[in-house]
Amino acid sequence: MSEVKIFERPKSMYDVITHYCPGCTHGVAHRIVAEVIDELGIQERTFGVAPVGCSVFLYNYINTDMYEAAHGRAPAVASAAKRVRPEMIGFTYQGDGDLASIGMAEIVHAANRGEHITVIFINNAIYGMTGGQMAPTTLLQQKATTCPFGRDPGVNGYPLRVSEMLATLAAPGYIARACVAKPKYVPKAKAAVRKAFQTQIDGKGFSMVELLSTCPTNWGMRPVDAADWVEEKMIPYYPLGEFKVPDGEVKG
Amino acid sequence: MAERMLMKGNEALAEAAIRAGCHYFFGYPITPQNEIPEYMSRHLPEVGGVYLQAESEVASINMVFGGAGTGKRVMTSSSSPGISLMAEGISYVAGAELPCVIMNIVRGGPGLGGILPAQSDYFQATKGGGHGDYRLLVLAPSTLQEGVDLTMLAFELAEKYRNPVMLLGDGFMGQMMEAVEFKECPIKESSKPEEWAIGYMGQRGKRALVKSLYLDPEELEQHNHKLHRKYEAMAQNEVRYESYQMEDAEIVLTAYGTTARIARSAIINLREEGIPVGMIRPITLFPFPYAPFDALPKSVKNVLVVEMSMGQMIDDVKIGVGKDIPISFFGRCGGIAPSVKEIEDQIRKIAG
Repeated sequence: MSEVKIFERPKSMYDVITHYCPGCTHGVAHRIVAEVIDELGIQERTFGVAPVGCSVFLYNYINTDMYEAAHGRAPAVASAAKRVRPEMIGFTYQGDGDLASIGMAEIVHAANRGEHITVIFINNAIYGMTGGQMAPTTLLQQKATTCPFGRDPGVNGYPLRVSEMLATLAAPGYIARACVAKPKYVPKAKAAVRKAFQTQIDGKGFSMVELLSTCPTNWGMRPVDAADWVEEKMIPYYPLGEFKVPDGEVKG
Repeated sequence: MAERMLMKGNEALAEAAIRAGCHYFFGYPITPQNEIPEYMSRHLPEVGGVYLQAESEVASINMVFGGAGTGKRVMTSSSSPGISLMAEGISYVAGAELPCVIMNIVRGGPGLGGILPAQSDYFQATKGGGHGDYRLLVLAPSTLQEGVDLTMLAFELAEKYRNPVMLLGDGFMGQMMEAVEFKECPIKESSKPEEWAIGYMGQRGKRALVKSLYLDPEELEQHNHKLHRKYEAMAQNEVRYESYQMEDAEIVLTAYGTTARIARSAIINLREEGIPVGMIRPITLFPFPYAPFDALPKSVKNVLVVEMSMGQMIDDVKIGVGKDIPISFFGRCGGIAPSVKEIEDQIRKIAG
């Protein structure tokens, strides 16, 4: 019997070792994006926009045209590139500090204009690259280097639910939250990312997938405990599911 | 024959940009430059282009970053406080070596300042503004006609050097009306976007990477050297200035933009009185025309710098002139221009 290859590196992913920490799920998210780009056959007409944060080196891992944007500005960069080259497929890949703090204006307005771009939003409830500071998505009582006694709502407000907020807008075509912390969640996460890119290809407006992710290093946890923490603490506050789907479709 | 039209300054600049092949504009409203985005929003659709109103100047310049990364001609315009907000993005555009044009219709500062004309952004335009070792090529027109011509040149230079070019105007220029002529603008695509811009992966066989991040210090130093060589080439090839009545001048007046226009009237009057005054008018503020100041005619006894600021260009004039000839300064600011008479009085005082 001849050998059948059933698993290989996506064509849109470089054959390199990533800089991510053990137990970090950026690699899973990267792979999902690369697989979807391959499956849709859009590698040569796709551009990505890397953020400032741990995934600043996205361009070293995903082999498409790529921008490296200023902190938080990826949606503005992608909006313009897509307007100038509407036949291309544009995506941003942003962490929670980048998207939900410094880049809040850019993400809200890109979504509200219904820009035909896809946003992959990594929510790991902390600033990774800078060493574990509090993010807008840090959970109440969660400790971070800049809220060492735990996040206090009286001082720091409440964790932002970005997907729910953007789903209140009229223009977005697809908004969903999924999880990449454990293998059982990955198929749904990939389906959501694929649907987001398909929404763009179909010209149905702005699309975003929020992916709940781990940060064992800055959470001070072993990778396995970090995965459990996502399930036990993050999912109850950040429920998984589709918040907005293109007209005529049913939320999953 | 080229068309001659009576136009408002801001609109003339916008029309010149469209005729120069700029079909993509990203901007945010701010006085006194609003007629630029308004004109663009009316006329870009006619040429199949895109006008996009950003949520802020921060977003505008990052849209310019994204648009410029495709290799197409893109621009934004703003006025002083808005340019401050763009400073971060301008540094990224320069770092990533993207061509674009930024118009600054300067108003008085600091802070919210006022909405009337000023020249108090000279430092910001020529010495940085944003972080890092970068330079803008800065063009300073003195009339609307020159504004139109320099706008067309700006896009060409931006592509030639793959560097942001700033057109530094002021509120007078933006708001006044004057007859302008639009010359045929030969659109030379000198930046070869297929070699570096996004959107050519299939054709090139390799993806494009638009970035300003170099974590390896050796690599970043090399990148800075590469940028510096560009700035040196600009200083070598792009210096532009006008000498006016300099042959027998004993007093040299120097001014740029609208101020130079006022100074010209003063010189005409003073020459009739028999006072030998001339003018050096920088057209490029970076690269600055140091050479004509370094090689002033032997007849020159005094230099007077006139600006609508508290004195910013004067630093560059001092570098050019050196210590042998006394340099004095006259400036009005806050939205007030020096009058012809005020400049004449300054010169008469120097002439004794």
